[in-house]
Amino acid sequence: MQKKVACSFPDEVLEHVFSFIQSDKDRNAVSMVCKSWYEIERWCRRKIFIGNCYAVSPRMVIRRFPKVRSIELKGKPHFADFNLVPDGWGGYVLPWIAEMAGAYPWLEEIRLKRMVVTDECLELIAKSFKNFKVLVLFSCEGFSTDGLAAIAASCMNLRELDLRDSDVDDLGGHWLSHFPETYTSLVSLNSSCLGSDEVSLSALERLVGRCTNLRTLRLNRAVPLDKIANILGRAPQLVDFGTGTYGADLQSDVFSSLAGAFSSCKELRSLSGFWDVVPAYLPAIYPVCSRLTSLNLSYVTIQSPDLVKLLRHCPSLQRLLVLDYIEDSGLEALSSSCKELQELRVFPSDPFGEEPNVSLTEQGLVSVCLACPKLQSVLYFCRRMSNVALVTIAQNCPNLTRFRLCIIEPRTADFLTLEPLDVGFGAIVEHCKDLRRLSLSGLLTDRVFEYIGRYAKKLEMLSVAFAGESDLGLHHVLSGCESLRKLEIRDCPFGDKALLANAAKLETMRSLWMSSCAVSFGACKLLGQKMPRLNVEVIDESGPPDSRPDSCPVDKLYIYRSVAGPRFDMPPFVWTMEEDSALQLNTIGNPIGSEWEHNMKGIQGLRAQMPFVLYLAELSNTSQW
Amino acid sequence: MAFEKDFNLDVTELRLGLPGTSEESEKQASTTLRISNKRAMPDMNEDSSVAADKKCDQETAPPTKAQVVGWPPIRSYRKNSLQTKKTEAETCGMYVKVSMDGAPYLRKIDLKMYKGYPELLKALEEMFKFKVGKYSEREGYNGSEFVPTYEDKDGDLMLVGDVPWEMFINSCKRLRIMKGSEARGLGCVV
Repeated sequence: MQKKVACSFPDEVLEHVFSFIQSDKDRNAVSMVCKSWYEIERWCRRKIFIGNCYAVSPRMVIRRFPKVRSIELKGKPHFADFNLVPDGWGGYVLPWIAEMAGAYPWLEEIRLKRMVVTDECLELIAKSFKNFKVLVLFSCEGFSTDGLAAIAASCMNLRELDLRDSDVDDLGGHWLSHFPETYTSLVSLNSSCLGSDEVSLSALERLVGRCTNLRTLRLNRAVPLDKIANILGRAPQLVDFGTGTYGADLQSDVFSSLAGAFSSCKELRSLSGFWDVVPAYLPAIYPVCSRLTSLNLSYVTIQSPDLVKLLRHCPSLQRLLVLDYIEDSGLEALSSSCKELQELRVFPSDPFGEEPNVSLTEQGLVSVCLACPKLQSVLYFCRRMSNVALVTIAQNCPNLTRFRLCIIEPRTADFLTLEPLDVGFGAIVEHCKDLRRLSLSGLLTDRVFEYIGRYAKKLEMLSVAFAGESDLGLHHVLSGCESLRKLEIRDCPFGDKALLANAAKLETMRSLWMSSCAVSFGACKLLGQKMPRLNVEVIDESGPPDSRPDSCPVDKLYIYRSVAGPRFDMPPFVWTMEEDSALQLNTIGNPIGSEWEHNMKGIQGLRAQMPFVLYLAELSNTSQW
Repeated sequence: MAFEKDFNLDVTELRLGLPGTSEESEKQASTTLRISNKRAMPDMNEDSSVAADKKCDQETAPPTKAQVVGWPPIRSYRKNSLQTKKTEAETCGMYVKVSMDGAPYLRKIDLKMYKGYPELLKALEEMFKFKVGKYSEREGYNGSEFVPTYEDKDGDLMLVGDVPWEMFINSCKRLRIMKGSEARGLGCVV
């Protein structure tokens, strides 16, 4: 029998093979095969995704992956979008840029989400990376157009500048003129979030004119309607266009040049912008409507009949964002016109009004779900819901992957039966087996969480507000949802028990947010102590939590796994529960002989007997975080 | 108790209570819970912690809709774009100048602050210390030498109250409280 000798390929061959493996999960798997594969892989990993910038330190990343060309980082928790995270919480990208400036001179792409970016950061990027190509700042803040000017002036190979939804200090449109006249490589520009009234139209037009590879252009509100024709005329190859203001007094010459400009854009597939719409100008886009796959009308405050007239021209539509002015009747019309619809988002026009201002109910959503077989992603704001409607949705749309329902008034019951909506959401998780993201609302008991724990096996992100009755609810989710990565909870009666009983689960997740719940400071301390691989951060703007009894609930709690240990950039209102601080039971102020005190003392007694929690090999799984 | 068997009480897991004891049965929370988004301890948890409640900061009043931070979950830029229009608010009928014949300077009011004509007229009355007469569709304002008028988008002088409120605030460019004989002339419209 021939002895088989292990054939080892030269490193270059393996590297070449690995270059076909793009996904992080696969790359991580490859790196775990053996030591030499680990080594080869880490030297040729070009793209890194870090879902929580505090889960790992820049130095650790650089040490392991010395040749990265593309990095994506996320900072603040999702609830920061709704002002639940106080200013100054963190998420600073500067330390990362500073380290990468030295270590990755060939870095090409930086994508950031919910991070604090300063002009200093942008200047450093402009200075440090000679081949810089892609900058995406998604929901970021902390910088001004001066920083953008630095990028424009220095990055000769810039392809993509996307400021999506960021909060930018817009000092006027002059930053655009910092792109040199010789610069022509722009492929994608999204400056739609810029708020100044000033924009340098001539610089914009010249830029668009000379960048013949431009595919995506999303303008900001300051760009008037009568300039669109000129801009489009210079970029008929656009695939994705966002208008500025789309309203003006109707003039037939403006209308006809606008319509003419749109008709010459044969590649146009996506439209957005449309601030201050004047309905008479909408027909100008009809020439492109039949090819449109994505339409963002979420700033369009026109009534349903006008919306329907437009949507009837868009049979290829896959993605629609719209205000609730569309009403049930409009959604019914949508469902018959747009059979290719995959994603629907309906936003409220009057979110703080006491009474409904439009006739949009659960019926609108039901009619779309019944008639659009490809529907996968839903975000829907409404004022009433029923279990029957949710069950109908679930049964007719088993392919839903994202379902986010916001019934505007918290704890609203089924309007038909006055019962909780447990059964309805239960049907959603039971039938939609590929559901990855779910947001709950309405009146909900612990039962809904029982269903979620039992059925939602692919669920990765769950958002809960004003729901549940007891710790059982939280326990069902933490013990049942195998794929859970992100859990965010506000104003629910979940306390210490479920959290402590499922402490190990938290290490398998990216993060847990709980605000206005019932988790005590003592439990936070305990968790921080027991779980060194978790950062347990208490956010409380009313003062140090240890000035109050340990049984007091914390205001906000953010727990995330990390191999970098506690962070050092916390503001005064954030406290990390450290592992090396002795668990001092603060009994002053606690009622004598309280159950809480009894329980906490019991835990202290258990400490000596507690076996070590098992951990995963951390660094090889860094990128999944 | 269903509650107990859902908790996988393994001695190696963190749990509350001394070793060897089993989980105490807990009262199920009532469904009529009340949580404020402030720091108060909700009253449906363990009853022994109710006593601890009293030692903690407590908000007693439930928050009104307007006070609930971050709800409904809408990004600020969306909220802002729904509320604010461009700086030429005058042409959109939001902030309009108000003049009164004989008064030395003008005022400015935000029409969006009012739900309808009665509120607007009351505010004007308070601001300029006068009283409007009684409005009727046929005769305009009767019983006062002051008549509220406005200039619309077309530049015409109109009587306040003739058109539906929504139409009014979208077309009103400025308000003028007329006084005396000029006002009476308007009241006798064909």
